[in-house]
Amino acid sequence: MEPLEIANRLKERFPEQVLEVTECRDQVGIIVKKDRIVEMLRWLHDDPSMQLDHLADLCGVDYLGKKDVRFEVVYNLYSIPLRHRIRIRAQVPEDDCQIESVTSIWMGADWHERECFDLFGITFNNHPDMRRVLLPEDWEGYPLRKDYPLDGGGKNWRGYDEVLEKSKRLRKFDFYGQYQDPTKSTGLEEDARK
Amino acid sequence: MPENKAESKEIVREEVAYEPYTIAMGPQHPATHGVLKLDLELDGETILNCKPTVGFLHRGVEKLAENLSYAQTLPLTDRLDYIASMANNVAYSIAVEKLLGIEVPMRAKYIRTIVMEMARLTGHLLWLATHALDIGAMTVFLYCFRERENLLDMFEEICGARLTTSYTCVGGVRQDVTGHFLEALHAFTDDFPSKIAEYETLIDKNRIWLKRTQGVGIVSAKDAVSLGLTGPTLRGSGVDYDVRKHMPYDAYPYVDFEVPIGSKGDVYDRYRCRMEEMHQSNSIIRQCIEALPTGPIRSPDAPDIVMPYGEQKRVAADATFASGVIKLMKDNEHYIDGDVYVSAEVPKGELGFYFVSDGRGVPYRMHIRSPSYIHIGALPFLCKGQMVADVIAIIGSVDVVLGECDR
Repeated sequence: MEPLEIANRLKERFPEQVLEVTECRDQVGIIVKKDRIVEMLRWLHDDPSMQLDHLADLCGVDYLGKKDVRFEVVYNLYSIPLRHRIRIRAQVPEDDCQIESVTSIWMGADWHERECFDLFGITFNNHPDMRRVLLPEDWEGYPLRKDYPLDGGGKNWRGYDEVLEKSKRLRKFDFYGQYQDPTKSTGLEEDARK
Repeated sequence: MPENKAESKEIVREEVAYEPYTIAMGPQHPATHGVLKLDLELDGETILNCKPTVGFLHRGVEKLAENLSYAQTLPLTDRLDYIASMANNVAYSIAVEKLLGIEVPMRAKYIRTIVMEMARLTGHLLWLATHALDIGAMTVFLYCFRERENLLDMFEEICGARLTTSYTCVGGVRQDVTGHFLEALHAFTDDFPSKIAEYETLIDKNRIWLKRTQGVGIVSAKDAVSLGLTGPTLRGSGVDYDVRKHMPYDAYPYVDFEVPIGSKGDVYDRYRCRMEEMHQSNSIIRQCIEALPTGPIRSPDAPDIVMPYGEQKRVAADATFASGVIKLMKDNEHYIDGDVYVSAEVPKGELGFYFVSDGRGVPYRMHIRSPSYIHIGALPFLCKGQMVADVIAIIGSVDVVLGECDR
């Protein structure tokens, strides 16, 4: 099926949800509201004329200062039996930064959504395991947002500072002295006690 | 005394209560193929739950790409799947060309197909070497590296680097191939099928190999699609999905090849798929060498750092070097508003690039759909109910590389 036809069918089925249909280099994207996103994607997945069974990609985009609605969650869908593709772009406003999870439709959406949460701070409701994935648990901020500076704002991650300090202490370790006088303190006992 | 003796012989039959316990496998573990950490929750030797932890190699390629021009991001893609960096270069280039609407000359398309299939061979050879080593077959490792070394030497001949190649560029390839390279490669393809037969004699009917791989890590076709698996990992389950056939790019529409499909979806079927794929890659390389057309190797309107070229020569000559190149790279009429998603079949699966452009010379947003990341996400599903030793076989069979997973 032609991508534009899919867009029209989706518009017929969910007239209030579809906001805009965009086209770029023969690829069609459909901008939708986020309220009934699971229902829409389930219909695209299950309908015999659509069968969009392969979630090729899921990612977030930050349109800070470019659009009224700041975030978008983009679903790139492909149908392996029917060989057509479509892109669904769900708008997520900054003050209500959450969207329903699609893990009930595609098991593979699990890690995609975790990544999106990790880097954009968009929360996915009803997700089985909403934790950070690429960054450490105690990372502050969401790096792929446009207001996050490229150098991280000049501040190091806490874990990195700890490692640096530890390496400084280890550099002072006196191997030769330890060999000659085993009773001599190495300065590492304090670490062990901690 | 006899009574005492009888007592001492009595076997104490106490109920030993086994409680589920957790062990951490990795991040420094030779069988996890990189810095992958798995928290395994075990009941005896059976896996109840498996939690992968990734991100130890996260370098923020997507954030960096938002601050670099399209040509400058290309060397970063070498560091994704560093085992087969040529394939990443090609995948990135075709994605940018689709976004900018650049048509690549025919010769460049064929050269790219050749290097992409060479990259597939290097990737699969390293996969076979390490996968067999993990399961316990040492000799295969040495045999595979023998051929991989030949291929890497040929990479060095065409671009000067063995691993971080950066050979393709937006709109073509950086430099033309030489006759010596083509002859050497043709001789290699003559020989290679017999080498594959050599690997197969070592393990294909080996009883230990069959015991370790058959019926292990089974995933059904429906689950495999739902999990988002791609590449040979998906085809081992019997799903006919290959980006080279479904969305042909470069010279794939003009060559004749088959996509090997498995049926059971276990580790052995995935192994067979990759072995057959090596035969197919070999045949594609041969076809491309024999049909290699003449002509230019780069599109004249490519906004690349290898300038000046074609019509743009005048513009570049008028400006000082740095500002002229930057002008060409940033103020090019190719840059439009819009977004595209383009994927290519790399050794690991479907490597996709999603670009959002706002009409400037740098991408507004670049997202990399890396197959390894999705495959590691599917590990808990694959490992559940298996033995600890099978985890090693399963990790090997889904073929992950952590540089691509963590980006």
